[in-house]
Amino acid sequence: MATLNGADFVALFHAIAQMIEREKDHLSALDGVIGDGDHGVTMSIGFQAVDKALADEAPDRTPADICMLAAKTFLNAVGASVGPLYATALMRAGAAVKGKSDVGPEDVADMIAAMAAGIEHRGKAEPGQKTMVDAWHPAAEAALGAKAGGSLKDITAAAADAGRAGAEATASLVAGKGRSANLGDRAVGHIDPGAASAAMILDTIAQWASERAD
Amino acid sequence: MNPAPKVKKLLNDPDNAVDEMLEGILLAHPDHLVMSDEHNRAIIAKHGPRPGKVGLVIGGGSGHEPTFVGFVGRGLADAAAIGNVFASPPPDPAIACAKAASGGEGVLFMYGNYAGDVMNFDMATELLAMDDIEARTVLTTDDVAVENLERRRGVAGNFFIFKAAGAACDKMLSFDECERIARKANAHTFTMGVGLTACSLPQTRVPSFELGPEEMEIGLGIHGEPGVRKGPLDTADAVTDEIVDTILAEMDPEPGEKVAVLVNSLGATPLMELYIVNRRLNQRLKDRDISVHASWVGPYCTSLDMSGMSITLHRLDGELTGLLDHPCDCAMFRVGQ
Repeated sequence: MATLNGADFVALFHAIAQMIEREKDHLSALDGVIGDGDHGVTMSIGFQAVDKALADEAPDRTPADICMLAAKTFLNAVGASVGPLYATALMRAGAAVKGKSDVGPEDVADMIAAMAAGIEHRGKAEPGQKTMVDAWHPAAEAALGAKAGGSLKDITAAAADAGRAGAEATASLVAGKGRSANLGDRAVGHIDPGAASAAMILDTIAQWASERAD
Repeated sequence: MNPAPKVKKLLNDPDNAVDEMLEGILLAHPDHLVMSDEHNRAIIAKHGPRPGKVGLVIGGGSGHEPTFVGFVGRGLADAAAIGNVFASPPPDPAIACAKAASGGEGVLFMYGNYAGDVMNFDMATELLAMDDIEARTVLTTDDVAVENLERRRGVAGNFFIFKAAGAACDKMLSFDECERIARKANAHTFTMGVGLTACSLPQTRVPSFELGPEEMEIGLGIHGEPGVRKGPLDTADAVTDEIVDTILAEMDPEPGEKVAVLVNSLGATPLMELYIVNRRLNQRLKDRDISVHASWVGPYCTSLDMSGMSITLHRLDGELTGLLDHPCDCAMFRVGQ
């Protein structure tokens, strides 16, 4: 069974930071349609700061330590809405595996579920409101559904597939939270940028896991 | 995507835009402003905070200058927490501001009603409680273009709402009184705006939304987000009438009432157009037998380089008139003395 240590999580955050750099203009353009056009910029500032902070970390840090440091760094680099949301998500993910030097597939399922719960708690949002919850919530359910006996690859692929489907389905929704909530029907037909970037992160997690799977 | 030409801006590294701006502001206003020792995005009034006074901390994203930092000074806000462009500041600068502003009687957090700001300032409030500093929040929600009251945003009317609250704090009123006045000032402030062209972020230099050559956005916010609806561009008088009609329908004033007005540029609209709007605004108010106690016309709450404007009416009674006229001395705004 594949297990993951702190260094693997440093590599994961590095992969996410690189992915966001590739996608930031696309994410800002998505946000320009229904928001204020800065989502890609904000995500880039946050994950660049995380990547930089983690690069200096000692190799013996646990996955929980890495998640906590990433949470704090992301929050203080960006503020905004995504700052508290992802900071809370990452703190919960860290708390889910506190004290473990290595985590297995079931732990990763729990971490994804903890992230979704943290985002829903901090944002006071539910599925169906055209937010990143529409990607994270189904992803968490899929990860937990694949948890029993599932490999790391199965669990993260299930989460990524559900997250992508959830993000794509936001196009048909009227926003119930965030700045696009004031647009009413004008936001219909456009994917929520926060859900889009969430699906991309889940996809990066799945790719990272497949490279480490047994 | 179309490879549209980038909007021209005077920048160095766009990622340093906010910090370089703050450096320039501190150099321009050394008698008014100082950076917190604890955080470089916490700007403190040099002569504002003092023992026994309720602290007033305002804040929000950058790109709205002179809002928020320009309203830091004695008689108005004690400190401003500064975020990235159009992004709420994280909890740390808000905490540094609150500590600097605290005179032992509590701290009021005042900022526009946006999801990100609420989450970050609420996290700051939770962390401050551990240091025995009580922070209370009064959200500004002056944007009448949004029908749903809970979703109303804080826009240019912040100007009057912060002014009233700052004066209440400066008069050494109790925490409860300062909070009551802040909420009252918010309930007495009505804003609506139109956008003629989108703004562009320093990092993207691409217009944040698309608008046809003869179109305008009606009821937009101050972050380059689209408005409540699009409409055809019209004359200054017709646009002013639409805004005034919406505000007065909401405010429902009696003949003989008194207001203060703010005709605000979103960044690129020149004073000429603002004064043309102000002319019509005054005609309309006179028709309703509403008198104007004071007027401000200019860029007070901007949205980077957006063109467009907003009108704010601040409904005055005896108490709010006194608070509006109370002296203040800020880096970019002064009343009295």
